[in-house]
Amino acid sequence: MEEREFTQEMKPPAHTKSPARWLKDNLFNTWYNVLLSCLVLVVLFFVFKVLLTWAFTEAKWGVIPANLQLFGVGSYPREQIWRVWSVIYIFCVLVGLSAGIWGALTLRFALVLGGIWFIGALSPFELSTRGWFLGAVATTVVSLLLGRGRTNLRPWILGGWLLSFPLIMIVLRGFGENGVLTSNWGGLLLTLILAVVGIVVSFPLGVFLALCRQSDLPAIRWISTAYIEAVRGVPLITILFMGNILVPIFMPGLDINQVLRMMLGITFFSAAYMAENVRGGLQGIPRGQHEAAQAVGLNYVQTMLFIVLPQALRSVIPAIVGQFIALFKDTSLVAIIGLIDLLGVARSVIANPDWFGLQAEVYLFAAIIYFIFSYSMSYGSQEIETALGVGEH
Amino acid sequence: MRKLLFRVSALVLAIALVVPLLAEGEKGILDKVKNRGRLICGVNKELPGFGFLGQNGEWKGFDVDYGRAIAAAVLGDPNKVEFRPLKAAERFPALQTGEIDVLIRNTTWTLTRDTDLGADFCPPTFYDGQGFMLRKELGITSLKELAGATIGVTAGSTTELNLADTTRALGIEVESIVFEETETLYQSYDQGRCDAVTSDKSQLLSRRQSLKDPDAHSILDVTISKEPLGPVTVHGDNKWNDVVSWVVYATFSAEEHGITQANVSTFKPESTENPEIKRFLGLDESGGMGEKLGLSKDWARQVIAAVGNYGEIFDRNLTPLGLPRGVNKPWTQGGLLYAMPFR
Repeated sequence: MEEREFTQEMKPPAHTKSPARWLKDNLFNTWYNVLLSCLVLVVLFFVFKVLLTWAFTEAKWGVIPANLQLFGVGSYPREQIWRVWSVIYIFCVLVGLSAGIWGALTLRFALVLGGIWFIGALSPFELSTRGWFLGAVATTVVSLLLGRGRTNLRPWILGGWLLSFPLIMIVLRGFGENGVLTSNWGGLLLTLILAVVGIVVSFPLGVFLALCRQSDLPAIRWISTAYIEAVRGVPLITILFMGNILVPIFMPGLDINQVLRMMLGITFFSAAYMAENVRGGLQGIPRGQHEAAQAVGLNYVQTMLFIVLPQALRSVIPAIVGQFIALFKDTSLVAIIGLIDLLGVARSVIANPDWFGLQAEVYLFAAIIYFIFSYSMSYGSQEIETALGVGEH
Repeated sequence: MRKLLFRVSALVLAIALVVPLLAEGEKGILDKVKNRGRLICGVNKELPGFGFLGQNGEWKGFDVDYGRAIAAAVLGDPNKVEFRPLKAAERFPALQTGEIDVLIRNTTWTLTRDTDLGADFCPPTFYDGQGFMLRKELGITSLKELAGATIGVTAGSTTELNLADTTRALGIEVESIVFEETETLYQSYDQGRCDAVTSDKSQLLSRRQSLKDPDAHSILDVTISKEPLGPVTVHGDNKWNDVVSWVVYATFSAEEHGITQANVSTFKPESTENPEIKRFLGLDESGGMGEKLGLSKDWARQVIAAVGNYGEIFDRNLTPLGLPRGVNKPWTQGGLLYAMPFR
């Protein structure tokens, strides 16, 4: 017992420095660094002074709360807004259960989410909206408590996440003319739908393409390579324009709605990049791994699923998440095609005569929203990397 | 795997061939709209006064109201319309491929568009024209004096070409600064990066209000181009073009006769004397006007009850922007709006 404790792995002691010491060591250690630091500080001071003076005295922020719902859901009919809330509740249940079962990062995520709903419930919205927010808090907390320690539910929850995508689409769309047409989906809702569908579908597609490109069968390899190179050779906006203009020309009468077209465009585009990221990971796996897998009698599918892909994907997490973030931001291109996503709403709000000349406020708000989501993804990726020990060995 | 690929491509090919054949069954756009129970109308989503989203996500604007008017005439409900926001570049392809039933997106009627682009134009609902806005302090009152000035203009529009034509005709040199986005154009002008901007007068007037000091800018009393804006339908479907055209005339005619959204329901068959109004609102025995268009007897009443007459549509959407009626008045008041007789 004693011996084991002795040989136990210990992390190196963390470097902790007092702020003053850190400043002296990093910013003021030589005369030219002192000079540079002062110069930068002066520039920063003036930049922030201008920015803050504008933000607190000139900017008319009234445009944001007045249009908050518009930013959230665009032209989604307000009498059917319960559909959006139902989707949020489905999401809360899944997040809550996952947090209860897995803990760690998911738990932190659930707590932040619950916190956001709580702030919403306290904000001066309409009473019904605050009620919905309060319900979301309750749903998250209750599912969290229900999920605690029920590790036997894990496969069910994973299945639930997978099932939730079609379910969410159906709830949002409804049926026939009484439902909500996809052309009315808008705002942050549309941005998130496009991004989530793009991410969730393009990932397996990308892995599949990468495996095809590594295949021993020439036809498969060529087709996959041709696809990847063709897609990577054109900007996303041209693919989206093609989806919008060429699809109806080649398939007249076939009414594929615009949102679906954009989803397909974004997914196919992202899959090509994803494939190259994954290929990078695959090439980093030594030949010995394949041979060892074969030696123990695993077939191709087993080798890939259990030996190669887990290692390959782990090593390219930063690249993959980078691709996800890029995809999330690229969804704003649909505003140029004519869909009213978060950016589209921003542009429409500016065109409202009530809010003329407030471009700076509106665009800054949209930028902050994009930043929050992108940074959350980035943060999540860092946490996952730490948890998996990427880069440590 | 190759066999599978072959089968998949054969399937795709088969679908691509069969689907257009199935679509052949449709007759005209009017029937298509009636069967669908919904009008699909291409609009602008970011043009002040003409098309944008209101605070509660409802579509607003002058062009949007005309979309509602058509839905009211055809389907009896102004809300049975789906608005599809379109960029300038995709509006004509969207019309040609039948993605939209009607295009109402501040589109100028020109000869080439009428002939080459497979579009049929309906009567203009708004007569615009290109003008100039500049700082009052420059003291410029005529085009000639603009020589040597820097003028801001948006890229790729007819505006740019009109500016070049005009300056060449006048024999003056100006420096034009081309902007990709309308927003940037006016911001740059406000910051003094150009002496003047040129665009449609409706835009100049509405944008002047968003400048830091609107009173410091004036709009020159010249118009260098004609910009008749109105609904557009696809070339070849005359029946549908008739419907849209007569919805436009209905709004003109209602203003000529003093029929408004508020008083349209007070016109009763017994009390109404004027035979033209009777025919117009479908109050006479025959009820032939709507039938001839393939619409219900009271289609015009539906239109006026939904959006009001032309003057009301204008007042609701464009007057708040500071736009004067100008030539967009009934011909009886010296304007250009002239409804063909309902007979």
